[in-house]
Amino acid sequence: MSLLRLEPRGQASRAMVYLTPLLAVALTLASGFLLFWAMGFDPVKALNAFFIAPLSTARGLGELVVKATPLVLCAIGLAIGFRANVWNIGAEGQLTMGAVAGGGLALAFYGDGGWWVLPLMVVAGAAGGMAWAAIPAWLRIRFNASEILTSLMLTYVALLLLNYLVHGPYRDPEGFAFPESRLFEPYAMLPNLVAGTRVHLGALFALLAVAGGWVLIARTFIGFQIKVIGLTPAAAGYAGFDQKRIIWMTFLLSGGLAGIAGLGEVAGPIGQITASISPGYGFTAIIVAFLGRLHPVGILLAALLMALSFIGGEQAQIALGLPKAITGVFQGMLLFFLLATDVLIRYRIRIGGRRAVA
Amino acid sequence: MSNELLLLGPILAAMFTAATPLLFAALGELVVEKSGVLNLGVEGMMLVGAVCGFAITVKTGSSTAGFAAAAVAGAAMGALFGVLTLLLLANQVATGLALTLFGIGLSSLIGQPYVGTPIADVPELHIPGLTDIPVIGEALFGQDAVVYLALLMVPLVHLYLYRTRSGLVLRAVGENHAAAHALGYKVVRIRFLAVMFGGAMSGLAGAYLSLDYTPMWAESMTSGRGWIALALVVFATWKPGRVLLGAWLFGGVTIAQLHVQGMGIAIPSQLLSMLPYLATVVVLVAISRDVARIRLNAPACLGKVFHPDA
Repeated sequence: MSLLRLEPRGQASRAMVYLTPLLAVALTLASGFLLFWAMGFDPVKALNAFFIAPLSTARGLGELVVKATPLVLCAIGLAIGFRANVWNIGAEGQLTMGAVAGGGLALAFYGDGGWWVLPLMVVAGAAGGMAWAAIPAWLRIRFNASEILTSLMLTYVALLLLNYLVHGPYRDPEGFAFPESRLFEPYAMLPNLVAGTRVHLGALFALLAVAGGWVLIARTFIGFQIKVIGLTPAAAGYAGFDQKRIIWMTFLLSGGLAGIAGLGEVAGPIGQITASISPGYGFTAIIVAFLGRLHPVGILLAALLMALSFIGGEQAQIALGLPKAITGVFQGMLLFFLLATDVLIRYRIRIGGRRAVA
Repeated sequence: MSNELLLLGPILAAMFTAATPLLFAALGELVVEKSGVLNLGVEGMMLVGAVCGFAITVKTGSSTAGFAAAAVAGAAMGALFGVLTLLLLANQVATGLALTLFGIGLSSLIGQPYVGTPIADVPELHIPGLTDIPVIGEALFGQDAVVYLALLMVPLVHLYLYRTRSGLVLRAVGENHAAAHALGYKVVRIRFLAVMFGGAMSGLAGAYLSLDYTPMWAESMTSGRGWIALALVVFATWKPGRVLLGAWLFGGVTIAQLHVQGMGIAIPSQLLSMLPYLATVVVLVAISRDVARIRLNAPACLGKVFHPDA
């Protein structure tokens, strides 16, 4: 056998559950150092521009919250599904449909709305995301179709639908040929929470989602059922837990949260509907969910870190002329290192070839 | 000869080319899944193959070198997946998603300087006599060599899986890794090689897109074909011959959509572009509803973690 050997631990290491995310971040930074160096940049300067500089101003910190908001909303829902082995990876599409539905409402009432438009928009946003998530849930339950593939295919469909709408029905009639809608009226915008930043009411929704997600997982019978189904599906079957109901519930929950995230983008920092409303929040939320250990508080911290990678990517682009794609590379590396170091939770690494005597 | 019949040739030709990347990627993934591994990173491996193939072709001027580089790059991505899932026992679903996210970022990073760079088209074969057959001659015999390589891979993969000892062992590993291990087969090594083969095939699929189908590099230019390839493996119920059928079906849908757009029919192009994705969902549903057939044909150890000491 090889020089390094994995020896199963009797019991999963609690310490490693908390240590491996930190280890993964450290390894990502080390690899980033090497990557920047290999690309011919001063690694210290580059890492500083990427990870430190954005945090040095109040505006930068505000942007961190703005970008973490959709990540938290999407990741909380995804994580609850992942716990039950429900692999909804179409949050990007559900986010898009939330923006399409909620934002569409703002356009429908353009010019003759009032204070009541915004609450309706939030409801419509959640409903749009839920409706889009209901399709893979139904196809899985009724026809046994892999929710991984269907939810992803529907993401492409949703992005094309958005593209069609901003080129057609949603396009600003008084605008030029640009594929974008009218700017939303002030009453159709999420109120700003912190003056001098773009932090909006959506941040509060995200915190509510964290608290609600925690209560659901840790304090309710449904949360217990989700955990049992995820860990030992057979036992859940014997206990008579309704797996179909859990699939429905987790999909609708994650779709609704993603829809609110999408509405929060168009009624928040963007202020209109454009052809690109998300730099991939729905996909990055998958990483956030894992990095946060599928735990709501962990997800909050992970979302802040991933939000930093989005801002850092923009900063590094402006300051050093680094390609923006570096963000995706960092995000992917982080997930790789996390998955790789996860082995330490259940195994010890032993040096030497002999097999353990059982 | 009627006009419709004259159209048949170009339509067939376009269908074969549209099916080629799906054929490569789905056949590769089929071998991977037969060995009991589920790699959802096809899209990411295709993108890295596409950009590496493009970059090497621009640098060397040889598309053959480009295709070779794409296969190597895809295999390297597959090896990365293998290290994580087979050696470090990471969750295959999560690692596959990570591979795709990483591939999207890495490919656009590598591809940055090549956006908008033109390259020469890969030359088509011209076989006097055969390519001169009216209507179907060009379509069947006038494609470039890569299209035929993809077609050739169908019987090759079939023969390998069902007519060789090594293929039998690979299937045994996918059906019951514990038993295969007990018989002395190197489960991890066999799966590692399968995953690298799948990566190389995905790399070729990507390079076909960037060197031949579109000839250019653009971010995320595979636009979901890696995921459609994954659905094709399910559609084919893990049988190589049926992968060919599925790839033609999807090639056909893609081409039909382009033709309708070309004819200027008043359906917005974005709605037509949804067709391949919607068709994937429909086909997946149609096949998956037969639970017994899926269960009968899917490798029993698909997606399960293997540790010899556990």
